Amino acid sequence: MSIPLLEVRNLQKFFFTTRGVVKAVQGVSFTLDAGETLGLVGESGSGKSTIAYTVMGIYTPTGGQIFFRGKDISMPHEKRPLALKKELQIVFQDPGSSLNPRRSIGEILALPLSIHGNHRPGTREEQVRELLRMVELPPEYVSKYPRALGGGEKQMVAIARALAVEPSLVVLDEPTSALDVSVQAKIINMLVEIQKERGLGYLFITHDLSLMRNIAHRVAIMYLGQVMEMAPSRVFFEKPLHPYTRMLISSIPVVSEDEEKLKPQKVIPRGEIPSPVNLPSGCVFHPRCVEREERCSREEPQMKEVEPGHWVKCHLTGA
Amino acid sequence: MSQPLLELQDLSVHFRVYGGYLRVLDGVNFRVAPQEKVGLVGETGCGKTTTMKTIMRILPQPPGIVRGGKILFKGKEVLRMDTGEVEQMRRREIAMIFQDPTAALNPVFTIGEQLFDAIRYATGKETDHRFLHEVAVRALEEVALPDPARILTNYPIQLSGGMRQRVCIALALACPKELLIADEPGTSLDVTIQDQILRLIHRLAEERKMAVILISHSLGVIRDWTERVWVMYAGTIVEEAETQELFARPLHPYTQALLRCVPKLTGEGIAKGIPGRIPDYFDPPSGCRFHPRCPYRMEVCSREKPRLYGTSSHQVACFLYQEGKR
Repeated sequence: MSIPLLEVRNLQKFFFTTRGVVKAVQGVSFTLDAGETLGLVGESGSGKSTIAYTVMGIYTPTGGQIFFRGKDISMPHEKRPLALKKELQIVFQDPGSSLNPRRSIGEILALPLSIHGNHRPGTREEQVRELLRMVELPPEYVSKYPRALGGGEKQMVAIARALAVEPSLVVLDEPTSALDVSVQAKIINMLVEIQKERGLGYLFITHDLSLMRNIAHRVAIMYLGQVMEMAPSRVFFEKPLHPYTRMLISSIPVVSEDEEKLKPQKVIPRGEIPSPVNLPSGCVFHPRCVEREERCSREEPQMKEVEPGHWVKCHLTGA
Repeated sequence: MSQPLLELQDLSVHFRVYGGYLRVLDGVNFRVAPQEKVGLVGETGCGKTTTMKTIMRILPQPPGIVRGGKILFKGKEVLRMDTGEVEQMRRREIAMIFQDPTAALNPVFTIGEQLFDAIRYATGKETDHRFLHEVAVRALEEVALPDPARILTNYPIQLSGGMRQRVCIALALACPKELLIADEPGTSLDVTIQDQILRLIHRLAEERKMAVILISHSLGVIRDWTERVWVMYAGTIVEEAETQELFARPLHPYTQALLRCVPKLTGEGIAKGIPGRIPDYFDPPSGCRFHPRCPYRMEVCSREKPRLYGTSSHQVACFLYQEGKR
């Protein structure tokens, strides 16, 4: 088997607070290949963004390892070589706060080029214009400031900035959650096209399952810092096995009858995600689970591969 | 058809800004029957919230200016009511809940203090503590919050987002109302919590025979929880239909395009988006405001504003559906 682009092995990230230890990520493993999109979904507080930030080096893992092209990159951000930082880029949810309001779009896009130096002298302006062309923004935007742009356009700039240094892995942390669907559609199509052209790996984080269905090759669903189910996109949506996955899919508002048929018979969602300081015993999902049995509160289930590539962490799913 | 509970006729609202006017609402027509659950759907900046604020008379004026049109609530003209009548309407008849429950609650008072205030306001009388406590506990039970007596002593920060929204619903509906305006009530919450909140609103509306205006940018939410939908684009109503009908047969080019942009669970990919961007209210397009982005635009579209064509179960503001065509 070839070496995956990204491998996360038994990753843990704890935060030590005065009120206790927050176990934001506990033992998450996955791989991501070049040209592939892995979707990480889950409710707020499930640990999705913590994983993203740990992969990026913004957080140092408490335990476990992260490999990029087979090399261990679990070290803190300052210790990462520049050449590695160039390979991993991130796009944040809120382009309003991730773009410097005092820099023009041209300056914002030129900065990564000058840091990583992968440009030929004298052509930086051309490269910036090329980046704008890639995200379908007019060339005169070079001299505009972020406040003059709409939300969708700002996110296009953030994407162009991430892609400026030609990374091989892009972490997309809810890149379209703050935007209207018509703008989201434009951005998603662009991201998919760029991925095809360049064979990029996307670690795509979102709480929007319908969006995930349309862009992720594989989906992992997280709950309280653990992956509960992971499967190829089609299987994940057509044959969800974990009760949490079923609850989540059944609560998505949809717009057509065909979609309605795909939803598991109305599992009425109940309860809320508990505090990650005081985790439930046994299976962390058991207090909200409609199918729970006695052992669910006692024993933590093991991750099982029920069919090739389809992993489920539930006592009720036979191997 | 019975007399509508609420009716907007040709409502136009502008905003005075430096150098001119923002022509936001341009002749909005809208109707809610008693006990009806109505959806108002549209993208950011299309005027949904401005419309509702004008109805509640909470639109800041200036800069807002009502340029024309009428709002009739139970036959009374809302825009001509005096302060006392407006108060009365807010106390007894119309309640509103907002998107962000954290901003809607005061962080320095307990839930109890805020709820007592709301009840005192709605009932309009000095009431003894025991009565207030009783009504408050019942209001919290109604919104399915566990251990109401304890929650009364809590501050908003001690509750989760979903619980805060339940508290806001309790504040709005502690005393009976005839119409609830819910402005994106689940948007800031997770889907499982959003589902619980919308289910709760639906149940309360049924039990109390209350009409609901659900404002949302999410077509899926509107499809699940309303009987009739009004689609808004750039300050105008572009289409109105019974919910099932609208989703089965969207007529307006904007509605059709918007529906194509929604990612589907069936995974058929996502449409390219709608070309162009929403118009500048400073200088909105003439005629139909959607015409610069419309794939079917005709010569008349930039000249005249289309009226609503169609039947009472499905109306669309588009010249494609003028009599004799289609």
